[in-house]
Amino acid sequence: MQNRHSSAPVSLTLPARRHSNFQIVWSVLFILTFLGSYRLAQVKPLLLLEPEGRRNIWRFVTGMFPPDLSWDFVSLLGRPIIETIQLSLMGTFMAVVIGFPLGLLATRSLTFTGILNEREMVDSRRSVFLLRKGTYLLVRAILSLFRTIPEFVWAFMFVRAVGLGPFPGVLAIGISYAGMLGKVYSEILEHVNPGPLESLQATGASRLTILLYGLLPQALPNLVSYTLYRWECAIRASTILGFVGAGGIGQQLEISMRMFNFNQVLTLVAILFVMVAGVDVLSAKVRRTILSRSSV
Amino acid sequence: MYVLNQICKIFDSRTVAVRELDLKIGRGERVALIGPSGAGKTTLFRMLNLTIPPTSGTLLFDGLDSRHFSGRRLREVRRRIGTIYQQHNLVPRLQVVHNVLSGKLGSWPTWRAVQSLIRPTEADLALEALRHVGIADKLYERTETLSGGQQQRVAIARLLAQDPEVILADEPVSSVDPALAAGIVKLLIDLSETHCKTLLMNLHSVDLAFAHFPRLIGLKDGTISFDLPAAAVTDEHLAALYVGSQTEAVEEEIFSRAEPSFVRSCQPHLTR
Ligand SMILES: Nc1ncnc2c1ncn2[C@@H]1O[C@H](COP(=O)(O)OP(=O)(O)OP(=O)(O)O)[C@@H](O)[C@H]1O
Ligand SMILES: [Mg+2]
Repeated sequence: MQNRHSSAPVSLTLPARRHSNFQIVWSVLFILTFLGSYRLAQVKPLLLLEPEGRRNIWRFVTGMFPPDLSWDFVSLLGRPIIETIQLSLMGTFMAVVIGFPLGLLATRSLTFTGILNEREMVDSRRSVFLLRKGTYLLVRAILSLFRTIPEFVWAFMFVRAVGLGPFPGVLAIGISYAGMLGKVYSEILEHVNPGPLESLQATGASRLTILLYGLLPQALPNLVSYTLYRWECAIRASTILGFVGAGGIGQQLEISMRMFNFNQVLTLVAILFVMVAGVDVLSAKVRRTILSRSSV
Repeated sequence: MYVLNQICKIFDSRTVAVRELDLKIGRGERVALIGPSGAGKTTLFRMLNLTIPPTSGTLLFDGLDSRHFSGRRLREVRRRIGTIYQQHNLVPRLQVVHNVLSGKLGSWPTWRAVQSLIRPTEADLALEALRHVGIADKLYERTETLSGGQQQRVAIARLLAQDPEVILADEPVSSVDPALAAGIVKLLIDLSETHCKTLLMNLHSVDLAFAHFPRLIGLKDGTISFDLPAAAVTDEHLAALYVGSQTEAVEEEIFSRAEPSFVRSCQPHLTR
Protein backbone atom coordinates (compact mmCIF):
# COMPACT_ATOMS: atom_id res chain seq x y z
CA MET A 1 0.00 0.00 0.00
CA GLN A 2 2.83 2.34 0.81
CA ASN A 3 4.33 1.48 -2.54
CA ARG A 4 1.90 3.74 -4.29
CA HIS A 5 3.61 6.69 -2.71
CA SER A 6 7.06 5.55 -3.51
CA SER A 7 7.52 7.27 -6.86
CA ALA A 8 8.03 10.80 -5.55
CA PRO A 9 7.82 12.66 -2.27
CA VAL A 10 4.16 13.30 -1.60
CA SER A 11 3.38 16.80 -2.77
CA LEU A 12 1.05 19.17 -1.00
CA THR A 13 -2.39 19.29 -2.57
CA LEU A 14 -2.83 23.06 -2.50
CA PRO A 15 -4.57 23.33 0.86
CA ALA A 16 -3.92 27.08 0.88
CA ARG A 17 -6.57 27.75 -1.72
CA ARG A 18 -9.37 25.97 0.12
CA HIS A 19 -8.43 27.77 3.27
CA SER A 20 -8.78 31.22 1.78
CA ASN A 21 -12.31 30.58 0.41
CA PHE A 22 -13.26 29.52 3.88
CA GLN A 23 -11.78 32.70 5.28
CA ILE A 24 -13.68 34.88 2.80
CA VAL A 25 -17.00 33.33 3.81
CA TRP A 26 -16.26 33.93 7.45
CA SER A 27 -15.14 37.49 6.89
CA VAL A 28 -18.34 38.31 5.01
CA LEU A 29 -20.42 36.72 7.77
CA PHE A 30 -18.55 38.74 10.36
CA ILE A 31 -19.09 42.01 8.53
CA LEU A 32 -22.81 41.30 8.15
CA THR A 33 -23.08 40.48 11.84
CA PHE A 34 -21.27 43.69 12.70
CA LEU A 35 -23.54 45.85 10.55
CA GLY A 36 -26.60 44.03 11.91
CA SER A 37 -25.46 44.65 15.48
CA TYR A 38 -24.97 48.32 14.77
CA ARG A 39 -28.62 48.67 13.90
CA LEU A 40 -30.03 46.29 16.47
CA ALA A 41 -28.08 47.75 19.37
CA GLN A 42 -29.59 51.12 18.45
CA VAL A 43 -26.28 52.90 18.24
CA LYS A 44 -27.35 56.55 17.89
CA PRO A 45 -24.45 58.78 18.90
CA LEU A 46 -26.52 61.92 18.17
CA LEU A 47 -28.73 61.13 21.17
CA LEU A 48 -25.89 62.33 23.36
CA LEU A 49 -26.14 65.80 21.87
CA GLU A 50 -29.85 66.32 22.34
CA PRO A 51 -30.84 69.01 24.90
CA GLU A 52 -32.30 66.60 27.45
CA GLY A 53 -29.22 64.35 27.47
CA ARG A 54 -26.88 67.31 27.47
CA ARG A 55 -28.57 68.87 30.47
CA ASN A 56 -28.37 65.66 32.54
CA ILE A 57 -24.74 65.09 31.74
CA TRP A 58 -24.01 68.71 32.64
CA ARG A 59 -25.78 68.37 35.98
CA PHE A 60 -23.86 65.22 36.81
CA VAL A 61 -20.51 66.71 35.87
CA THR A 62 -20.96 70.05 37.66
CA GLY A 63 -22.36 68.20 40.65
CA MET A 64 -19.02 66.43 40.96
CA PHE A 65 -17.12 69.64 41.63
CA PRO A 66 -15.64 70.43 43.97
CA PRO A 67 -14.78 66.88 45.12
CA ASP A 68 -15.71 66.19 48.71
CA LEU A 69 -12.45 66.25 50.63
CA SER A 70 -13.93 66.98 54.03
CA TRP A 71 -12.37 64.99 56.86
CA ASP A 72 -15.77 63.63 57.83
CA PHE A 73 -16.03 61.87 54.51
CA VAL A 74 -12.39 61.03 53.81
CA SER A 75 -11.87 59.52 57.24
CA LEU A 76 -14.61 57.05 56.40
CA LEU A 77 -12.68 55.71 53.41
CA GLY A 78 -9.65 54.03 54.99
CA ARG A 79 -11.45 50.81 55.67
CA PRO A 80 -13.15 50.49 52.26
CA ILE A 81 -9.85 51.14 50.49
CA ILE A 82 -8.08 48.41 52.41
CA GLU A 83 -11.08 46.16 51.93
CA THR A 84 -10.99 46.69 48.17
CA ILE A 85 -7.30 45.86 47.94
CA GLN A 86 -7.72 42.78 50.11
CA LEU A 87 -10.76 41.68 48.18
CA SER A 88 -9.10 41.99 44.79
CA LEU A 89 -5.88 40.39 45.99
CA MET A 90 -7.53 37.43 47.69
CA GLY A 91 -9.96 37.04 44.81
CA THR A 92 -7.16 36.93 42.27
CA PHE A 93 -5.16 34.56 44.47
CA MET A 94 -8.12 32.23 44.73
CA ALA A 95 -8.62 32.46 40.97
CA VAL A 96 -5.01 31.41 40.40
CA VAL A 97 -5.30 28.52 42.85
CA ILE A 98 -8.42 27.22 41.11
CA GLY A 99 -7.62 28.34 37.58
CA PHE A 100 -4.07 27.02 37.27
CA PRO A 101 -4.74 23.31 37.77
CA LEU A 102 -7.88 23.53 35.67
CA GLY A 103 -5.87 25.39 33.04
CA LEU A 104 -3.35 22.54 32.93
CA LEU A 105 -6.14 20.02 32.42
CA ALA A 106 -7.61 22.22 29.68
CA THR A 107 -4.33 22.30 27.77
CA ARG A 108 -4.58 20.01 24.78
CA SER A 109 -0.86 19.59 24.42
CA LEU A 110 -0.71 18.25 27.97
CA THR A 111 -3.80 16.09 28.02
CA PHE A 112 -4.23 14.37 24.70
CA THR A 113 -2.43 15.77 21.66
CA GLY A 114 1.07 16.76 20.66
CA ILE A 115 4.44 15.26 21.30
CA LEU A 116 3.85 14.48 24.96
CA ASN A 117 0.96 12.21 24.04
CA GLU A 118 2.19 10.68 20.78
CA ARG A 119 2.27 7.22 22.28
CA GLU A 120 -1.23 7.46 23.73
CA MET A 121 -2.59 8.17 20.27
CA VAL A 122 -1.66 4.68 19.13
CA ASP A 123 -4.66 2.40 18.75
CA SER A 124 -3.75 0.06 21.57
CA ARG A 125 -4.16 2.89 24.12
CA ARG A 126 -7.41 4.18 22.71
CA SER A 127 -9.22 4.09 26.07
CA VAL A 128 -6.57 6.20 27.78
CA PHE A 129 -6.84 8.67 24.93
CA LEU A 130 -10.61 8.93 25.21
CA LEU A 131 -10.46 9.33 28.98
CA ARG A 132 -7.99 12.19 28.63
CA LYS A 133 -9.99 13.89 25.93
CA GLY A 134 -13.12 13.54 28.06
CA THR A 135 -11.40 15.20 31.01
CA TYR A 136 -10.24 18.00 28.76
CA LEU A 137 -13.74 18.66 27.44
CA LEU A 138 -15.28 18.52 30.91
CA VAL A 139 -12.75 20.98 32.35
CA ARG A 140 -13.25 23.35 29.45
CA ALA A 141 -16.98 23.26 30.05
CA ILE A 142 -16.49 24.01 33.75
CA LEU A 143 -14.20 26.92 32.95
CA SER A 144 -16.64 28.45 30.54
CA LEU A 145 -19.47 28.04 33.03
CA PHE A 146 -17.34 29.87 35.62
CA ARG A 147 -16.85 32.85 33.37
CA THR A 148 -20.22 32.94 31.63
CA ILE A 149 -21.94 33.81 34.89
CA PRO A 150 -21.05 37.46 35.60
CA GLU A 151 -19.10 38.34 38.75
CA PHE A 152 -22.00 40.20 40.33
CA VAL A 153 -24.35 37.25 39.89
CA TRP A 154 -21.81 35.04 41.64
CA ALA A 155 -21.51 37.73 44.34
CA PHE A 156 -25.26 37.89 44.71
CA MET A 157 -25.38 34.13 45.22
CA PHE A 158 -22.52 34.12 47.71
CA VAL A 159 -23.97 37.03 49.67
CA ARG A 160 -27.03 34.86 50.17
CA ALA A 161 -24.84 31.94 51.21
CA VAL A 162 -22.29 33.54 53.54
CA GLY A 163 -23.77 36.96 54.30
CA LEU A 164 -22.67 40.52 53.52
CA GLY A 165 -19.02 41.63 53.51
CA PRO A 166 -15.89 41.14 51.46
CA PHE A 167 -15.82 37.34 51.63
CA PRO A 168 -18.65 36.76 49.10
CA GLY A 169 -16.78 39.22 46.87
CA VAL A 170 -13.60 37.18 47.15
CA LEU A 171 -15.50 34.05 46.23
CA ALA A 172 -17.19 35.76 43.30
CA ILE A 173 -13.94 37.07 41.85
CA GLY A 174 -12.17 33.82 42.62
CA ILE A 175 -14.67 31.72 40.72
CA SER A 176 -15.35 33.91 37.71
CA TYR A 177 -11.71 34.86 37.26
CA ALA A 178 -10.65 31.24 37.63
CA GLY A 179 -12.70 30.65 34.49
CA MET A 180 -10.86 33.35 32.59
CA LEU A 181 -7.39 32.54 33.94
CA GLY A 182 -7.83 28.83 33.26
CA LYS A 183 -8.78 29.44 29.67
CA VAL A 184 -6.01 31.93 28.96
CA TYR A 185 -3.41 29.83 30.83
CA SER A 186 -4.28 26.86 28.67
CA GLU A 187 -3.91 28.92 25.52
CA ILE A 188 -0.54 30.28 26.63
CA LEU A 189 0.69 26.78 27.47
CA GLU A 190 -0.50 25.39 24.17
CA HIS A 191 1.49 27.93 22.21
CA VAL A 192 4.80 27.10 23.83
CA ASN A 193 7.52 25.81 21.49
CA PRO A 194 7.21 21.99 21.67
CA GLY A 195 10.81 21.32 20.58
CA PRO A 196 12.36 21.69 24.05
CA LEU A 197 9.55 19.59 25.52
CA GLU A 198 10.36 16.81 23.10
CA SER A 199 14.03 16.90 23.97
CA LEU A 200 13.23 16.75 27.70
CA GLN A 201 10.91 13.84 27.08
CA ALA A 202 13.66 12.09 25.14
CA THR A 203 15.92 12.16 28.21
CA GLY A 204 13.30 10.19 30.13
CA ALA A 205 11.82 13.11 32.04
CA SER A 206 8.38 12.61 33.57
CA ARG A 207 5.40 14.73 32.64
CA LEU A 208 5.73 16.76 35.84
CA THR A 209 9.39 17.53 35.33
CA ILE A 210 8.77 18.42 31.68
CA LEU A 211 6.20 20.87 32.99
CA LEU A 212 8.69 22.36 35.43
CA TYR A 213 11.74 22.45 33.18
CA GLY A 214 10.23 23.07 29.77
CA LEU A 215 6.67 24.31 29.79
CA LEU A 216 6.54 26.75 32.70
CA PRO A 217 9.88 28.49 32.07
CA GLN A 218 8.82 29.19 28.51
CA ALA A 219 5.32 30.35 29.45
CA LEU A 220 6.14 32.20 32.66
CA PRO A 221 6.33 35.81 31.38
CA ASN A 222 2.96 35.52 29.68
CA LEU A 223 1.34 33.73 32.61
CA VAL A 224 2.52 36.40 35.05
CA SER A 225 1.57 39.30 32.79
CA TYR A 226 -1.93 38.06 32.32
CA THR A 227 -2.41 37.29 36.01
CA LEU A 228 -1.32 40.81 36.97
CA TYR A 229 -3.65 42.28 34.39
CA ARG A 230 -6.47 40.27 35.95
CA TRP A 231 -5.60 41.68 39.36
CA GLU A 232 -6.03 45.14 37.93
CA CYS A 233 -9.41 44.12 36.55
CA ALA A 234 -10.32 42.68 39.93
CA ILE A 235 -9.94 46.10 41.56
CA ARG A 236 -12.43 47.51 39.12
CA ALA A 237 -14.71 44.51 39.46
CA SER A 238 -14.67 44.80 43.22
CA THR A 239 -16.42 48.19 42.94
CA ILE A 240 -19.31 46.63 41.10
CA LEU A 241 -19.41 43.88 43.68
CA GLY A 242 -19.77 46.60 46.31
CA PHE A 243 -23.13 47.38 44.76
CA VAL A 244 -24.46 44.00 45.81
CA GLY A 245 -23.09 44.32 49.31
CA ALA A 246 -19.61 42.89 49.03
CA GLY A 247 -18.03 45.85 50.83
CA GLY A 248 -15.08 47.95 49.73
CA ILE A 249 -15.05 51.22 47.84
CA GLY A 250 -17.91 50.02 45.67
CA GLN A 251 -20.33 49.96 48.54
CA GLN A 252 -19.42 53.56 49.42
CA LEU A 253 -19.77 54.53 45.76
CA GLU A 254 -23.23 53.03 45.61
CA ILE A 255 -24.32 54.91 48.73
CA SER A 256 -23.01 58.25 47.44
CA MET A 257 -24.66 57.78 44.05
CA ARG A 258 -27.97 56.85 45.58
CA MET A 259 -27.83 60.01 47.71
CA PHE A 260 -26.92 62.15 44.66
CA ASN A 261 -23.68 63.19 46.38
CA PHE A 262 -21.80 63.53 43.14
CA ASN A 263 -18.89 65.36 44.76
CA GLN A 264 -18.23 62.28 46.87
CA VAL A 265 -18.43 60.19 43.71
CA LEU A 266 -15.57 62.17 42.21
CA THR A 267 -13.39 61.58 45.28
CA LEU A 268 -14.11 57.88 45.11
CA VAL A 269 -13.42 57.64 41.39
CA ALA A 270 -10.14 59.50 41.89
CA ILE A 271 -9.16 57.04 44.60
CA LEU A 272 -10.01 54.13 42.31
CA PHE A 273 -7.95 55.69 39.57
CA VAL A 274 -4.95 55.96 41.85
CA MET A 275 -5.36 52.35 42.95
CA VAL A 276 -5.60 50.99 39.42
CA ALA A 277 -2.65 53.10 38.31
CA GLY A 278 -0.71 51.88 41.33
CA VAL A 279 -1.35 48.26 40.45
CA ASP A 280 -0.31 49.01 36.90
CA VAL A 281 3.02 50.44 38.02
CA LEU A 282 3.56 47.58 40.44
CA SER A 283 2.80 44.91 37.86
CA ALA A 284 5.08 46.54 35.32
CA LYS A 285 7.83 46.30 37.91
CA VAL A 286 7.12 42.66 38.72
CA ARG A 287 7.00 41.80 35.02
CA ARG A 288 10.35 43.46 34.44
CA THR A 289 12.06 41.64 37.26
CA ILE A 290 10.62 38.31 36.13
CA LEU A 291 11.66 38.91 32.54
CA SER A 292 15.17 39.87 33.44
CA ARG A 293 15.78 37.21 36.03
CA SER A 294 18.05 34.65 34.52
CA SER A 295 17.02 31.51 36.37
CA VAL A 296 13.50 30.09 36.09
CA MET B 1 21.11 -2.48 19.90
CA TYR B 2 18.48 -1.69 17.33
CA VAL B 3 16.63 -3.96 14.95
CA LEU B 4 14.18 -2.22 12.65
CA ASN B 5 11.85 -4.23 10.52
CA GLN B 6 9.71 -2.68 7.79
CA ILE B 7 9.38 0.61 9.65
CA CYS B 8 7.05 3.20 8.10
CA LYS B 9 6.22 6.65 9.37
CA ILE B 10 3.38 8.57 7.76
CA PHE B 11 2.47 12.04 9.05
CA ASP B 12 -1.14 13.25 8.83
CA SER B 13 -2.02 10.13 6.80
CA ARG B 14 -0.33 11.55 3.72
CA THR B 15 3.28 12.62 4.20
CA VAL B 16 5.44 9.52 4.01
CA ALA B 17 8.63 10.37 5.87
CA VAL B 18 10.07 6.87 6.30
CA ARG B 19 9.04 3.86 4.28
CA GLU B 20 9.65 0.13 4.81
CA LEU B 21 12.99 0.63 6.42
CA ASP B 22 15.08 -2.32 7.61
CA LEU B 23 18.08 -1.62 9.74
CA LYS B 24 20.31 -3.38 12.26
CA ILE B 25 22.65 -1.51 14.52
CA GLY B 26 24.93 -3.34 16.91
CA ARG B 27 26.00 -2.26 20.36
CA GLY B 28 28.95 0.09 20.28
CA GLU B 29 28.70 0.61 16.54
CA ARG B 30 29.39 4.01 14.98
CA VAL B 31 27.26 4.87 12.02
CA ALA B 32 26.91 8.04 9.96
CA LEU B 33 23.65 8.78 8.17
CA ILE B 34 23.83 10.98 5.15
CA GLY B 35 21.15 12.04 2.75
CA PRO B 36 19.44 15.01 1.18
CA SER B 37 17.19 17.36 3.07
CA GLY B 38 13.78 15.83 3.72
CA ALA B 39 15.09 12.28 3.43
CA GLY B 40 13.60 11.37 6.80
CA LYS B 41 16.74 11.38 8.93
CA THR B 42 15.27 13.41 11.75
CA THR B 43 12.06 11.39 11.66
CA LEU B 44 14.07 8.17 11.91
CA PHE B 45 15.92 9.53 14.95
CA ARG B 46 12.68 10.52 16.65
CA MET B 47 11.51 6.94 16.29
CA LEU B 48 14.84 5.57 17.48
CA ASN B 49 14.70 7.65 20.67
CA LEU B 50 11.15 6.45 21.29
CA THR B 51 9.42 9.82 21.25
CA ILE B 52 7.25 9.09 18.22
CA PRO B 53 5.96 5.60 17.42
CA PRO B 54 6.28 4.18 13.89
CA THR B 55 3.07 4.02 11.89
CA SER B 56 3.83 0.38 11.11
CA GLY B 57 6.67 -2.09 11.42
CA THR B 58 8.56 -3.27 14.47
CA LEU B 59 11.35 -1.51 16.29
CA LEU B 60 13.38 -3.60 18.71
CA PHE B 61 15.56 -1.79 21.21
CA ASP B 62 17.98 -4.05 23.01
CA GLY B 63 15.89 -7.01 21.90
CA LEU B 64 12.62 -5.62 23.26
CA ASP B 65 9.70 -4.48 21.15
CA SER B 66 9.27 -0.72 21.59
CA ARG B 67 5.49 -1.05 21.49
CA HIS B 68 5.51 -2.78 24.85
CA PHE B 69 7.13 0.10 26.66
CA SER B 70 4.95 2.52 28.54
CA GLY B 71 4.92 4.72 31.61
CA ARG B 72 7.89 4.37 33.93
CA ARG B 73 9.36 1.54 31.87
CA LEU B 74 9.37 3.70 28.75
CA ARG B 75 11.09 6.52 30.60
CA GLU B 76 13.77 4.16 31.85
CA VAL B 77 14.49 3.09 28.29
CA ARG B 78 14.52 6.67 27.01
CA ARG B 79 17.03 7.51 29.69
CA ARG B 80 19.48 5.15 27.99
CA ILE B 81 19.19 6.99 24.69
CA GLY B 82 20.59 10.50 24.34
CA THR B 83 19.64 12.81 21.51
CA ILE B 84 21.24 15.95 20.19
CA TYR B 85 18.68 17.79 18.14
CA GLN B 86 19.17 19.68 14.92
CA GLN B 87 17.35 22.70 16.45
CA HIS B 88 19.18 22.27 19.79
CA ASN B 89 15.80 22.25 21.56
CA LEU B 90 17.03 23.96 24.70
CA VAL B 91 14.77 25.97 26.98
CA PRO B 92 15.78 29.53 26.07
CA ARG B 93 14.89 31.27 29.32
CA LEU B 94 16.62 28.81 31.63
CA GLN B 95 20.21 29.21 32.70
CA VAL B 96 22.72 27.03 30.88
CA VAL B 97 23.28 25.02 34.06
CA HIS B 98 19.61 23.94 34.16
CA ASN B 99 19.61 23.01 30.51
CA VAL B 100 22.69 20.87 31.02
CA LEU B 101 21.33 19.25 34.16
CA SER B 102 18.01 18.51 32.47
CA GLY B 103 19.92 15.56 31.03
CA LYS B 104 19.57 14.11 34.52
CA LEU B 105 15.78 14.34 34.65
CA GLY B 106 15.43 10.73 33.59
CA SER B 107 17.38 9.49 36.60
CA TRP B 108 16.49 12.06 39.26
CA PRO B 109 13.43 11.66 41.44
CA THR B 110 10.98 14.55 41.13
CA TRP B 111 11.93 16.25 44.40
CA ARG B 112 15.52 16.31 43.24
CA ALA B 113 14.52 17.99 39.99
CA VAL B 114 12.55 20.65 41.87
CA GLN B 115 15.39 21.23 44.29
CA SER B 116 17.87 21.64 41.48
CA LEU B 117 15.71 24.23 39.79
CA ILE B 118 15.89 26.35 42.92
CA ARG B 119 19.57 25.70 43.48
CA PRO B 120 21.54 23.53 41.01
CA THR B 121 22.39 20.33 42.88
CA GLU B 122 25.08 18.99 40.57
CA ALA B 123 26.59 22.20 39.29
CA ASP B 124 30.04 20.61 39.22
CA LEU B 125 28.76 17.92 36.86
CA ALA B 126 27.34 20.59 34.57
CA LEU B 127 30.58 22.52 34.73
CA GLU B 128 32.57 19.43 33.83
CA ALA B 129 30.30 18.75 30.84
CA LEU B 130 30.58 22.35 29.66
CA ARG B 131 34.35 22.21 30.01
CA HIS B 132 34.37 19.29 27.57
CA VAL B 133 32.73 21.43 24.93
CA GLY B 134 34.78 24.50 25.73
CA ILE B 135 32.20 26.87 27.19
CA ALA B 136 32.64 26.44 30.93
CA ASP B 137 32.41 30.20 31.40
CA LYS B 138 28.76 30.19 30.33
CA LEU B 139 27.49 28.11 33.25
CA TYR B 140 25.13 30.69 34.72
CA GLU B 141 24.36 32.56 31.52
CA ARG B 142 20.80 32.63 30.26
CA THR B 143 20.70 30.13 27.40
CA GLU B 144 18.97 32.39 24.87
CA THR B 145 21.83 34.88 25.07
CA LEU B 146 24.27 32.31 23.63
CA SER B 147 25.19 32.10 19.95
CA GLY B 148 23.86 29.25 17.82
CA GLY B 149 27.10 27.31 17.98
CA GLN B 150 27.35 27.78 21.74
CA GLN B 151 23.78 26.53 22.16
CA GLN B 152 24.62 23.50 20.11
CA ARG B 153 27.44 22.80 22.53
CA VAL B 154 25.12 23.22 25.50
CA ALA B 155 22.96 20.53 23.92
CA ILE B 156 26.02 18.28 23.71
CA ALA B 157 26.85 19.04 27.34
CA ARG B 158 23.32 17.99 28.27
CA LEU B 159 23.97 14.70 26.52
CA LEU B 160 27.21 14.30 28.47
CA ALA B 161 25.28 14.88 31.71
CA GLN B 162 22.71 12.29 30.70
CA ASP B 163 25.47 9.76 29.95
CA PRO B 164 23.34 7.46 27.76
CA GLU B 165 24.27 4.12 26.15
CA VAL B 166 23.13 5.24 22.72
CA ILE B 167 23.91 8.63 21.22
CA LEU B 168 21.73 9.95 18.42
CA ALA B 169 23.26 13.13 17.05
CA ASP B 170 21.13 14.95 14.51
CA GLU B 171 23.40 17.41 12.70
CA PRO B 172 25.42 18.11 15.85
CA VAL B 173 27.78 20.42 14.00
CA SER B 174 25.45 22.32 11.70
CA SER B 175 26.02 25.71 13.32
CA VAL B 176 29.68 25.70 14.28
CA ASP B 177 32.76 26.51 12.25
CA PRO B 178 34.56 23.66 10.44
CA ALA B 179 37.45 23.41 12.90
CA LEU B 180 35.11 23.19 15.87
CA ALA B 181 32.87 20.80 13.92
CA ALA B 182 35.71 18.34 13.53
CA GLY B 183 36.49 18.72 17.23
CA ILE B 184 32.94 18.00 18.30
CA VAL B 185 32.61 14.99 16.03
CA LYS B 186 35.84 13.67 17.47
CA LEU B 187 34.59 14.27 21.00
CA LEU B 188 31.50 12.18 20.33
CA ILE B 189 33.55 9.49 18.59
CA ASP B 190 35.96 9.29 21.52
CA LEU B 191 33.04 9.08 23.90
CA SER B 192 31.59 6.16 22.00
CA GLU B 193 34.97 4.44 21.67
CA THR B 194 36.06 4.68 25.29
CA HIS B 195 32.70 3.78 26.81
CA CYS B 196 31.47 1.49 24.05
CA LYS B 197 28.48 3.68 23.35
CA THR B 198 26.49 3.22 20.18
CA LEU B 199 26.70 6.35 18.05
CA LEU B 200 24.45 7.39 15.19
CA MET B 201 25.08 10.71 13.56
CA ASN B 202 23.33 12.61 10.81
CA LEU B 203 25.80 14.61 8.83
CA HIS B 204 25.46 16.94 5.91
CA SER B 205 29.22 16.96 5.64
CA VAL B 206 30.17 13.87 3.70
CA ASP B 207 33.85 14.52 4.38
CA LEU B 208 33.36 14.26 8.14
CA ALA B 209 31.38 11.07 7.68
CA PHE B 210 34.16 9.49 5.66
CA ALA B 211 36.84 10.66 8.02
CA HIS B 212 35.35 9.33 11.25
CA PHE B 213 32.83 6.57 10.64
CA PRO B 214 33.41 2.96 9.69
CA ARG B 215 29.83 2.54 8.44
CA LEU B 216 27.82 4.89 6.25
CA ILE B 217 24.12 4.77 5.53
CA GLY B 218 22.62 6.80 2.72
CA LEU B 219 18.99 7.72 3.25
CA LYS B 220 16.81 9.00 0.44
CA ASP B 221 13.05 9.49 0.25
CA GLY B 222 12.59 7.63 3.51
CA THR B 223 14.43 4.47 2.47
CA ILE B 224 17.97 3.22 2.63
CA SER B 225 19.82 3.91 -0.58
CA PHE B 226 23.04 2.26 0.57
CA ASP B 227 24.40 0.79 3.78
CA LEU B 228 28.09 0.08 3.40
CA PRO B 229 31.46 0.21 5.10
CA ALA B 230 32.96 3.63 4.47
CA ALA B 231 35.65 2.19 2.23
CA ALA B 232 33.06 0.68 -0.09
CA VAL B 233 31.11 3.88 -0.66
CA THR B 234 31.91 5.26 -4.08
CA ASP B 235 31.21 8.58 -5.73
CA GLU B 236 28.47 6.90 -7.75
CA HIS B 237 26.69 6.02 -4.53
CA LEU B 238 26.85 9.63 -3.42
CA ALA B 239 25.78 10.96 -6.79
CA ALA B 240 22.75 8.66 -6.73
CA LEU B 241 21.96 9.79 -3.20
CA TYR B 242 21.94 13.48 -3.91
CA VAL B 243 20.73 13.53 -7.50
CA GLY B 244 17.31 15.08 -8.01
CA SER B 245 17.36 16.71 -4.61
CA GLN B 246 19.43 19.70 -5.55
CA THR B 247 18.00 22.93 -6.77
CA GLU B 248 18.14 23.05 -10.54
CA ALA B 249 21.09 25.40 -10.66
CA VAL B 250 23.24 23.20 -8.47
CA GLU B 251 22.21 20.12 -10.37
CA GLU B 252 23.22 21.67 -13.64
CA GLU B 253 26.52 22.57 -12.14
CA ILE B 254 27.12 19.02 -11.02
CA PHE B 255 26.56 17.60 -14.44
CA SER B 256 28.38 20.34 -16.27
CA ARG B 257 31.47 19.64 -14.23
CA ALA B 258 31.23 15.97 -15.15
CA GLU B 259 33.36 15.21 -12.15
CA PRO B 260 31.55 13.03 -9.67
CA SER B 261 33.80 13.82 -6.74
CA PHE B 262 32.52 17.37 -6.91
CA VAL B 263 29.22 16.09 -5.60
CA ARG B 264 30.96 15.26 -2.40
CA SER B 265 32.30 18.74 -1.89
CA CYS B 266 29.19 20.65 -2.79
CA GLN B 267 27.26 19.55 0.25
CA PRO B 268 26.43 22.32 2.66
CA HIS B 269 28.67 22.96 5.69
CA LEU B 270 31.55 21.41 3.93
CA THR B 271 33.14 24.24 2.06
CA ARG B 272 35.94 25.97 3.86
N1 LIG C 1 5.74 16.57 12.30
C1 LIG C 1 5.63 16.42 10.97
N2 LIG C 1 4.43 16.55 10.36
C2 LIG C 1 4.31 16.40 9.03
N3 LIG C 1 5.31 16.10 8.21
C3 LIG C 1 6.53 15.95 8.74
C4 LIG C 1 6.75 16.10 10.15
N4 LIG C 1 8.06 15.90 10.39
C5 LIG C 1 8.64 15.63 9.21
N5 LIG C 1 7.73 15.65 8.20
C6 LIG C 1 8.01 15.39 6.77
O1 LIG C 1 8.75 14.21 6.68
C7 LIG C 1 9.78 14.32 5.70
C8 LIG C 1 11.11 14.01 6.32
O2 LIG C 1 11.45 15.00 7.27
P1 LIG C 1 12.74 14.94 8.17
O3 LIG C 1 12.69 16.09 9.10
O4 LIG C 1 12.85 13.59 8.78
O5 LIG C 1 13.90 15.16 7.09
P2 LIG C 1 15.46 15.25 7.30
O6 LIG C 1 16.07 14.13 6.56
O7 LIG C 1 15.78 15.34 8.75
O8 LIG C 1 15.80 16.62 6.57
P3 LIG C 1 16.94 17.70 6.93
O9 LIG C 1 18.22 17.16 6.45
O10 LIG C 1 16.50 18.91 6.18
O11 LIG C 1 16.88 17.91 8.40
C9 LIG C 1 9.68 15.73 5.14
O12 LIG C 1 9.01 15.65 3.91
C10 LIG C 1 8.85 16.48 6.15
O13 LIG C 1 8.06 17.43 5.51
MG1 LIG D 1 16.49 16.83 9.96
